[in-house]
Amino acid sequence: MPTVSVKRDLLFQALGRAYTDEEFDELCFEFGLELDEITSEKEIISKEQGNVKAEGASDVVLYKIDVPANRYDLLCLEGLVRGLQVFKERIKAPVFKRVMPDGEIQKLIITEETAKIRPFAVAAVLRNIKFTKDRYDSFIELQEKLHQNICRRRALVAIGTHDLDSLSGPFTYTAKRPSDIKFKPLNKTKEYTACELMNIYKTDNHLKHYLHIIENKPLYPVIYDSNGVILSMPPIINGDHSKITVNTKNVFIECTGTDFTKAKVVLDNIVTMFSEYCENQFTVEATEVVFPNGKSYTFPELSYRKEMVRADLINKKVGIRETPENLAKLLTRMCLKSEVIGDGNQIEVEIPPTRADVMHACDIIEDAAIAYGYNNIQMTLPKTYTIANQLPLNKFTELLRLDMAATGFTEVLTFALCSQEDIADKLGVDISATKAVHISNPKTAEFQVARTTLLPGLLKTLAANRKMPLPLKLFEISDVVIKDSSKGSAFFPGRCAEIFARGQSIGKLGVLHPDVITKFELTMPCSSLEINIEPFL
Amino acid sequence: GAVKSLQALGEVVEAELRSTKRWELTAEGEEIAREGSHEARVFHNIPPEGLAQSELMRLPSGKVGFSKAMSNKWIRVDKSTADGPRVFRMVDSVEDEVQRRLQLVRGGQAEKLGEKERSELRKRKLLTEMTLKTYWVSKGSAFSTSISKQETDLSPEMISSGSWRDRPFKPYNFSAHGILPDCGHLHPLLKVRSQFRQIFLEMGFTEMPTDNFIESSFWNFDALFQPQQHPARDQHDTFFLKDPAEALQLPMDYVQRVKRTHSQGGYGSQGYKYTWKLDEARKNLLRTHTTSSSARALYHLAKKKPFMPAKYFSIDRVFRNETLDATHLAEFHQIEGVVADHGLTLGHLMGVLREFFTKLGITQLRFKPAYNPYTEPSMEVFSYHQGLKKWVEVGNSGLFRPEMLLPMGLPENVSVIAWGLSLERPTMIKYGINNIRELVGHKVNLQMVYDSPLCRLDVEPGPPRTQEAA
Repeated sequence: MPTVSVKRDLLFQALGRAYTDEEFDELCFEFGLELDEITSEKEIISKEQGNVKAEGASDVVLYKIDVPANRYDLLCLEGLVRGLQVFKERIKAPVFKRVMPDGEIQKLIITEETAKIRPFAVAAVLRNIKFTKDRYDSFIELQEKLHQNICRRRALVAIGTHDLDSLSGPFTYTAKRPSDIKFKPLNKTKEYTACELMNIYKTDNHLKHYLHIIENKPLYPVIYDSNGVILSMPPIINGDHSKITVNTKNVFIECTGTDFTKAKVVLDNIVTMFSEYCENQFTVEATEVVFPNGKSYTFPELSYRKEMVRADLINKKVGIRETPENLAKLLTRMCLKSEVIGDGNQIEVEIPPTRADVMHACDIIEDAAIAYGYNNIQMTLPKTYTIANQLPLNKFTELLRLDMAATGFTEVLTFALCSQEDIADKLGVDISATKAVHISNPKTAEFQVARTTLLPGLLKTLAANRKMPLPLKLFEISDVVIKDSSKGSAFFPGRCAEIFARGQSIGKLGVLHPDVITKFELTMPCSSLEINIEPFL
Repeated sequence: GAVKSLQALGEVVEAELRSTKRWELTAEGEEIAREGSHEARVFHNIPPEGLAQSELMRLPSGKVGFSKAMSNKWIRVDKSTADGPRVFRMVDSVEDEVQRRLQLVRGGQAEKLGEKERSELRKRKLLTEMTLKTYWVSKGSAFSTSISKQETDLSPEMISSGSWRDRPFKPYNFSAHGILPDCGHLHPLLKVRSQFRQIFLEMGFTEMPTDNFIESSFWNFDALFQPQQHPARDQHDTFFLKDPAEALQLPMDYVQRVKRTHSQGGYGSQGYKYTWKLDEARKNLLRTHTTSSSARALYHLAKKKPFMPAKYFSIDRVFRNETLDATHLAEFHQIEGVVADHGLTLGHLMGVLREFFTKLGITQLRFKPAYNPYTEPSMEVFSYHQGLKKWVEVGNSGLFRPEMLLPMGLPENVSVIAWGLSLERPTMIKYGINNIRELVGHKVNLQMVYDSPLCRLDVEPGPPRTQEAA
């Protein structure tokens, strides 16, 4: 779940009223958010680096709010406030408009070199925007949050925001050899080539995670303006020349990536959140993007989609009985502006660009239920009549467990994942003969394979319980994972036997070989039995 | 020994244990009391013209006495003499305090010495403290000069002859531990599992097959409408297989429908609008939830015509490649319940949850909007914890999305409600265990398994027997 950190007082100011922590917690519960933590910058630093480093840090109260993973419109203070205010019917959801500029439209031209590395780009302009320190911080933070979530850590989409007044269009999005790219990146004092930058950022804690996205490619993506100024080298870093500050008035936003749909959603998201601060509130200036094939698109899309839902369907799926008018009101409170049309049974729902998460009528139905209040819904029992059946294997296992315990054995529950050694070397068998299933990229040896036999688990349990009085009699009835039947000589010669039931081999028993015993760090003689119970079903 | 056995007979005698302490000389102490301390003897052995140190050291008390005499400043060493270091007297005469003190003790007058002096002598192993235990015995209320042995147990002979009437029986010692009978034990997590199985069976739920730890990405994610770029499909969260890496057998016509729904939409959905890849769906993994088995069960249900409503459950192992801590392991057990029928509502889901949790002794429930990729609406289930005095999450639930159900071929007005929770969490709460490693795996203390009580899910536990409360 993504977490958004907002200054509590700023939040209350925007909401138009103050809440106690309990009241706000309750509001979050109703809406589907979680007030995860109440802290401050000082507390955070104190926890991570000690009280001394925390001296002088801000103790402004911060609310850390957990937001559902599919709600990109709630990832910043602006979005949260809007969502909650509409929910509480204190404001109407804003209507976002794309407007044509007074002068020439900004253009972004994509060349064919980008096709192999990062083919898609979209762009927009926020005209006459007024930033304050808080708004600016929020703007930067939202980009980070989007990068981490929907952008899949910049691999799918990367965002660049620029001071339009420092640049001159039209802009070109192309891909060049790393040695041919040279510019002064954000927060650096001199120019570097792309190769040098890749090296420098290897030790940058923040940027090193994104280098792999383009590192080994022959060409790197890069965006220029008409004067050859580099805006950015996505997805790594923007240029210092066009960096935005609190004083920036006109912002040029570009999103590049490998997923066209997501790039559009991300762009729509940023502009809908921050166009609130434009002189012409909730308007976004159009930008033209020309693709290598010559086709031209205008962005941002900011599309409003209409979907028809039957009122009785909503009532039926939720288990309530609201009039169509009431249902329309509930949906409008969730930023899905609705009205009753036609025969009085149809509701026309308008899905705004901020609600890309709404894909199907069921998403609309959920929002109606949330606005109604989950805890207001009457609990009923389905009339579904069924006869229950146990899975024969589990039924048999339960019977067997009880009788094993009655015989005096103690049940254990061991891990299904273990090391290769555990199922091979320690049992005197070669790993290739075990036909085990292997895990890719195990973090430690304990996660190398899935067990092919229950024996190692039992022996490791013995080894961990050496101090317990003897005798120790253990059993486990559980699944093993095998690609094929395995052969092995874990037993002491002459002291083992294969077990046959109804003419079929079902397992083995015997005294364990001393090598096996010592490899599991045990000292006492040990005997074991392992059978497959499936043939008995 | 004799007193103890007399005492065991009951009120025959009364015995009072008294102990006294006494100081005595050790063998070495005796020697010094007789002959004088080592340092005094060394002193007396040095003639006025002094003695070569090497010669002195050869004398019986030499080595021990030399250093003591030096520290008492009775003697000195002149290292400058021609034929080796020579020892001289520094004073004319000495008082052998040590001998005098030891003689006091030997004479029974140890109390005349100070605490410090006694302890010094004890350090030099010249004195020891002896404890003398004595019993003052007097006649008890049941005194008699004849001893009748007390019986410990009733015997068949006593019963048949009636001789038990005239024999005294030894009273029980309730502070003795007793001998534990040799017996077997069931694992507490699996005891809880048995109880949950019972609850589902009581509610008419049929057990689904889940005997496959290995699953394809298709059934684990794609069939559930979880997109291929979803973070849960990362190597960080999921265990992918190296061998066998790919699932070869997938129902291709169904796969095509799933592919279309993800990439283009359909069945009333916009879809995710991305390029869906078959290779990604083939990737084998250790299942991250048992919902993949539920999907398989629903797919098979959809094949049966006409549609028959069903209730399914499963409790089995799942695998997550996440950060491990006190309450998280890579392997744990998931409990899952599913109801498929015409016209099921969110209200029905809440009703079923209420009945389910009531069987666990949990009656106060609240529901909170949540998000899962494969359910919509989704709800987190909270119950009020009396001990912690707050609402805690006890489960997750929802209605499966149409994008998941319709490509399977289930009729359009069939809804499927589902819910899940982990098995480990309620077990740890019930048995007062704070660290999951003390419950699951080979490092578990078998004593915990031996001692774990009956699992009664609908009854509140007594005060926890071990450490802190949950």
